[in-house]
Amino acid sequence: MTTDKPERELVVEAGPEGGLVVGPIDRLLNLARKHSLWYMLFGTACCAIELMQTGGPRTDADRFGMVFRSTPRQADVMLLAGTITYKMASRVRLLYEQMAEYRYVIAMGSCASTGGLFQGSYAVVKGGDLIVPVDVYLPGCPPRPEALVEGLMLVQQKMEREPWLKKAHGKLPQPVDPWPEGAELHR
Amino acid sequence: MDALYELITGSDLGFWWKQLLLAVLIGAVGVIVFSVALVYAALMTYLERRVSGRVQSRVGPNRVGPLGLLQWLADGAKMILKEDVIPAAADRPLFRLAPYPVVIGVFAAFASVPFGEWLIAADLNVGLLYLLAITSLVVVGILMAGWASNNKWSLFGGIRSAAQIVSYEVPTALAILVVVLMAGSLSTQDIIREQGGWPWDWYVFRQPFAFAAFFLYFTAALAEGNRTPFDLPEAESELVAGYNTEYSGMRFGGFYLGEFGNVYLMCAIATLVFFGGWQIPGVSPAEHHGSWLWQIVGFGLFFVKAWAASFVVVWLRWTLPRLRVDQLMSLCYRYLVPLSFVCLLGTAVLMMLVPAGSLFDSLLRFGTFGFGLLVAAIFFWRVLWHIRHVGDRIDLKILARGVRGRFDPAIQHRAYGAFRKQQKQPEESR
Repeated sequence: MTTDKPERELVVEAGPEGGLVVGPIDRLLNLARKHSLWYMLFGTACCAIELMQTGGPRTDADRFGMVFRSTPRQADVMLLAGTITYKMASRVRLLYEQMAEYRYVIAMGSCASTGGLFQGSYAVVKGGDLIVPVDVYLPGCPPRPEALVEGLMLVQQKMEREPWLKKAHGKLPQPVDPWPEGAELHR
Repeated sequence: MDALYELITGSDLGFWWKQLLLAVLIGAVGVIVFSVALVYAALMTYLERRVSGRVQSRVGPNRVGPLGLLQWLADGAKMILKEDVIPAAADRPLFRLAPYPVVIGVFAAFASVPFGEWLIAADLNVGLLYLLAITSLVVVGILMAGWASNNKWSLFGGIRSAAQIVSYEVPTALAILVVVLMAGSLSTQDIIREQGGWPWDWYVFRQPFAFAAFFLYFTAALAEGNRTPFDLPEAESELVAGYNTEYSGMRFGGFYLGEFGNVYLMCAIATLVFFGGWQIPGVSPAEHHGSWLWQIVGFGLFFVKAWAASFVVVWLRWTLPRLRVDQLMSLCYRYLVPLSFVCLLGTAVLMMLVPAGSLFDSLLRFGTFGFGLLVAAIFFWRVLWHIRHVGDRIDLKILARGVRGRFDPAIQHRAYGAFRKQQKQPEESR
């Protein structure tokens, strides 16, 4: 990934007659994209309470342009907030497939990352990455709202690095789809 | 606009050249109106989010541009970049077509909104009728979206919205008819010219029935724009996102802009019909007509009045809970429609009995104005009373005192105790 090459950066040239912003268009588009990261209103367990807090006054996610949308069609990032049971797994996958491209997934908390406290359970999926491709893993049980905001900002950083106009995001290292069409979810 | 039209029609060009030039002129005006409407709708989303933030003691968007003023640009660019999903079960042509009536219905109405005396794209002699008629196009788009999505939430949202908009058109139009009766014209500019700059010259304060008609109009227009407390079509707790559940990308953006454009439009109509539009206090229409300075000031006044009304709309959103469907319908047909008929009849009777400029007419005008001031005074007195009495509870002051031990409940508890003690002490010992 061409992360920090100087030619990919925006240059602001200030002159006596005013300023001029020079830069690749995809950098500008990425700036717009990353400042309008709408998350899906979806939670499966106690992490969802922290997710609600993130929109509240202390860590105001709306400052960064993040608002919740209750329909997956309009959401850009899906937060796996909480324990995912095997029964829920197909629903989570369905919601992911209903989201419009581009879409990002954050595994919030230890349950969504690894199964967490319920490692020995017969009913719990041992990590959200067995169902959907995950971009950011957040430790914590549950993670604090500050941690969640940091996770969202990691997604923003990831967005910034994608050369959007070249449509190269297919060639970039993508999270592997763990559950393609027809595959069985292993236990 | 008019001058250019005269220039083209009066020139000695051939018939088809004139037609071509007129088409270009109309197209250019259309593009200008569309961009202005787009920016106004987008700024409305910004106002909504900032005011929501303040109401919930948050900050609201503040990262993109100064004070987050360019947030709408980021949102718009993002919505264009997003995938445009069309569900397999959807009715494809209808689904793709649905946002267009919504956008056209709202944005075409901006053509007849008088932002200033010179700043109007088309001063129609049926201006208000045009405004009411073209915004009804929205309901077609919403119903189309609800049906074509082939999704039960969308269908519920679309049908609720249709029922609501069609019902509330009636009291909206009747309330505006009160003013049309008084002004004797449907042209938006004529209605503004009939009023004056000072508040007691506005149509709200002309007589008590017009005062009531304003509140009827505002309530009905809120419902017509699907705003809280009448936002049943998009009730997030019942219907996922209402009629736009299945929409993504810029097609959703069309609905979004249409909705917020509608809010501004409704406030602009309230301003021009009831609040004197661009009239400046103490400046006669003749003075106003020729001067650039007064044109700019008039534009500013219209701008401030309309945005103040928009602020009230957002404020109401965070104050009132949502109504039930049956309550919504009974409010319309059992209260608003009969009351607007009473206002209409009352206005007609007053116009018959009280000649304009008579003593009783001025008495009515200043009496209504005084009553309006009294209502405002009582309202602000109540607000102050609540602010004074809320000192007994944990508020922002306490949280600010507990900053050092922000996450330590013990320190917060101590701070709260000290605050309570301070509250209980008599005035002079503080």
